[in-house]
Order: sequence, then C-alpha cells, then structure tokens
Amino acid sequence: MTYQSQSVAKPYFIVAIALFVGQILFGTILGLQYVIGDFLFPEIPFNVARMVHTNLLIVWLLFGFMGAAYYLIPEESETELFSPFLAILMFWIFAVAGVLTILGYLLVPYATLAELTMDDLFPTMGREFLEQPTITKIGIVIVALSFLFNIGMTMLKGRKTAVSLVLMIGLTGLAVFFLFAFYVPENLVKDKFYWWFVVHLWVEGVWELIMGAILAFVLIKTTGVDREVIEKWLYVIIAMSLITGLIGTGHHFYWIGTPEYWQWWGSIFSAMEPIPFFMMTIFAFNMVNRRRRNHPNQAAVLWALGTAVMAFLGAGVWGFLHTLAPVNYFTHGTQITAAHGHMAFYGAYVMIVLTMISYSMPMLNGRKEANSNKSQIVEMWSFWIMTVSMVFITLFLTGAGILQTYMQRYTDTPISFMEVQDKVAIFYWLREGAGIFFLIGLIVYVASFFIGGDEPEATVKDAA
Amino acid sequence: MSETFTKSMARNIFYGGSVFFFLLLLALTFDTESALPELDNRENLTEEVALGKRVWEKNNCVGCHTLLGEGAYFAPELGNVYQRFGNSTDAIKGFIMSRPKDGIPGRRSMPQFNLSDEELEGIAQFLKYTSGINTQNWPPNIQG
Repeated sequence: MTYQSQSVAKPYFIVAIALFVGQILFGTILGLQYVIGDFLFPEIPFNVARMVHTNLLIVWLLFGFMGAAYYLIPEESETELFSPFLAILMFWIFAVAGVLTILGYLLVPYATLAELTMDDLFPTMGREFLEQPTITKIGIVIVALSFLFNIGMTMLKGRKTAVSLVLMIGLTGLAVFFLFAFYVPENLVKDKFYWWFVVHLWVEGVWELIMGAILAFVLIKTTGVDREVIEKWLYVIIAMSLITGLIGTGHHFYWIGTPEYWQWWGSIFSAMEPIPFFMMTIFAFNMVNRRRRNHPNQAAVLWALGTAVMAFLGAGVWGFLHTLAPVNYFTHGTQITAAHGHMAFYGAYVMIVLTMISYSMPMLNGRKEANSNKSQIVEMWSFWIMTVSMVFITLFLTGAGILQTYMQRYTDTPISFMEVQDKVAIFYWLREGAGIFFLIGLIVYVASFFIGGDEPEATVKDAA
Repeated sequence: MSETFTKSMARNIFYGGSVFFFLLLLALTFDTESALPELDNRENLTEEVALGKRVWEKNNCVGCHTLLGEGAYFAPELGNVYQRFGNSTDAIKGFIMSRPKDGIPGRRSMPQFNLSDEELEGIAQFLKYTSGINTQNWPPNIQG
C-alpha cells in the first residue's frame, strides 16, 4: 500500500463480502421455494426473499466499487485521498441504511414498509431492483455524491490517468442514471421505458466502464505491461461498450408498448454487445501472456482472467442467445432470462469486485504484495468451486427455460405457466444443488482470509 | 495493437462514439415519446387505474409475477391475465380475495394481501388497462 488513506477500502470490502454471504443464503432459500412452494411461507414469501437476494447483490457490488475506487484512485493519482474521514463517515451511513432497509424487508410486510417510510409523499417503491424506500434512495444519492466529490477532489490534486478517468466517468454515470429511479410515472409504458435507463444503462453501460478500469488497473499492477498499451485497450473496449450498449437498450423495448422499430435497433446493436466482452477476454489473456514480471499474487491474476472469460460467456454469449427480437418473442421473461442474469452478474460484476479484493486485500492487511501460498491455494479453490457451480446453475436454468419456452409459448398446444413449472421441476432441483455448491465455494472463499495468515508471503518462485 | 493506432486515437473513438450514440438514444427517446399516445392505451388510464398501479407497487407484485414479461419468474405473466380470466375484472378480484392466509401445503401460493374493496377494484382495473397496451402481439398465446 503506497498511500495510508487507501486503507479506507478495507471496511468497504469486508462489508461487501458479508453481504455477499447474505445474498447467497437467500439465493438458496429462493431456489428451494421454486420446488417446495410453501417453504418459509408466509413468514418469508418469495417476493421478499428475492428482494433481499437482488438488493443485497446491488448493495454489496456498490460497496465493492466504492472500496475499489478508494484503493485505486489514490494510487493512480499518486496522492492521499482528499478526505479519509468523509469516506469512513459515508461507509457507516451506507452500511446502516443498507442493513435497516434489508431488515425492513424482512420484518414487516412490504406495504407496511411503504406506509412507515411515507412512500405516498414521493412514491418510488415497488419496482424491480429499485424496491428501496424513497428515504433509502435519497441516502444512496447522498452517499454517491459525497463519494464522487471525494475521489474527484483526489484526482484533481494528483496525476490524471486514463484508468482513473474511465473509472470516474463510470461511477459518475452510475450516480446520474440512478436518478431515473425517482421517476415513476402513472403511465406503465413510460414507467417501464425509463426504468431501463437505470437498469440497462447501469449493467450494459457505465458499469462496463467501471469493470474495464478495475481490470486495467489490476493488469497493470500484476503483469508489468506498459501502461500505454493497457490504456489503449481500455479505451477501445469501453468505446465498443457504449457504441453497442447505448442503442442496445432497445432490446428491452420490443414488447412493452414501445414502437416496433425498436425490434430493429435493439436486435442489431445488442447483437454487437458481446464484442466488448470478447475484447476484454483477448485483452486479459494477451496482457498476462506478455507479462514483464511474475506477480506473487497468482490468485488475483486468476480472478482477472476468470472475470474476463465469465463476463464474455454470461453477458456476451448468454445475452446474445435471446437478444434477437424473433427469438426474444418466445423467450422474453422466462428462465432463459434468469440464466443469463445469473452468469452475467457473476462473471462481470461479482468477479471484478473479487479481483480487486484479491489484489488489494494482502496490502490492506499489511502484506507487501501477496498472501501466503497456503491462503492463495484456498482462494483459488473457492474460485473454481464458485465458478463451476455458476456454470451449472446457468446450464440448469437454461434447460428449464428452453422447456418452458417450448411448452408454454412455442408449441401448438401451449399449457399454463404453473403446469409447466411442475414439469421442469427437476431442473430447479439440480439448480438448487448447484446453488448449495456455490455456497460451499463461498464459505471456502471466506475461509481463505483466515488461513495461512501467519505464514510468509508467496514469492514469485512459489507461484511460477 | 499496432503502433500506428495510438492511445489518443482510441480515446477519441471512445468520446466521439459515446457522445454520438448517446445523442442517437436521446433522439429515439423523443421519437418514442411522440409515438406512445398511439400505443400505451392512455385513453383508458383513469384515476382508478393509477390507484391500481400504486397497489401493484406497494405490494411488490413484481417480486413474483412478470408484467409484460418483466419482473420475477415465480408466478404467471399478468399482462394478459384479464383475457386469460375471461375478460372479467370480477374473476381477478375473486382470485386475489380467495388466497389462503397460510398458503397451500407444498405448493406456491399468492399471499393474502387483505386489500380493501377500493384497492381490489383498482388492481383489477390496472390489469385490464395493461392488457390494452399495444405490445406488438406479445405474448405469443393466452398462457402468457
């Protein structure tokens, strides 16, 4: 760790991992409710468990992004963070607000939570992924603005690099597009249309900038390849992300009451959305192959390569599967979407945050460059268990989705939703099994932080 | 990448490309806004429908159901439930009212939300209104 103030990243990463554990626990509850319909009913109905699962994911990724920025920006800017105090204050505000919101979901019915938080004054609740009470949303905006101010001031007083600039643009976009969460018109079509300005322009837009910047940073550090080369790649990749992804928003506008021409715009541009992810894969492997040094933190390099591959598979390939309008006509809103969502989020955003944590945590814990060999081996085991489990979760959901699409939508004698659900139950059982393996992988991951702590750092010779 | 393609060229493609396609997205958004009156069934967007949308939101219906294909995949699509229930708002209300408080053993069941008469009428009217949106013939059939 070059700058003392980078240490504010540590609490962000710890809370991120803790919430990740909560997210996966609720994931296994949801998976079970798919096959044992009354599991935990009526205490924790499906919608509540799902809200906890998805909201925990979003919140812990935001913790991860902020932690990553607090670590990365001072190092890139070659100066101490503008205000470590503000960063820690915002950490507590965000953590308390996040925990209270999740407790609110779990302890009272959602309609009661809406009453308690006076949602009628400024209604924003009850939309997918944006279920947070309005007061929480305002809190998120305050935290985001303070955060941007803090890292922005740090950048202004220090060195400006392409990596920090791209990260800053991505994070600013994240905050700006979140503002659409406050626009909830009575007109359902408009509601849906602008809802995607948060959701799509986050995950298929500005978040890709954040991912690219973090990946570039870790590759610069671990491969020793010339910064000029890496930053050139970064610009080309994120250029392709936005060139394809902005109009690619149209693939959400096929069937929600928007004009038919979106079927053309959406299909053509979103069909190109895999390109930046494919470039990211080529980029990561190329840089590692051209490395000028062997970094002793081999776990971090594994995560960096892994996120590039899995993001391409999950976001790129599984996205392409159902993005063309004539295909999407049949697959829209089926388990195919769920399959894609799981692998895309894991591959792109979970793994990039874990890449950053893997790279920086040794230094945050007072190591010089890397954890002990023993700790890294456990961490790499967790990488493989979680990643392979996620591949199987995705494959099983895809199986369920193909059958569902056929029986409910495509055949000449379609049968009802609930009947189809019974017929594909075997895939849900298999998915639940894969989910349990994922949880085991996550436990191994957490354990890696407590193993080999008193052993010496891995050296390049060990790692090679 | 070759030496003739420099970092500043890459940066310019990023800025130029992003600005151009963002402006294109804005243009298409304005065009969509002007086309919506023909598509979004706004002539039937009554106060009752607006209240129904609030009921839909306050009870987090989208946490289990899809509506026009968006939402959770745990329970049936509701964009065309009005037609599936025989073009009857009473059938929709009856279904919501009759959900058992403690669920159905071993099966998925919708919670009992204890809606008032006004809320019930609102949610039914909201679903009826939704079924009148021009969705380019989606879903493919009545099963949703």
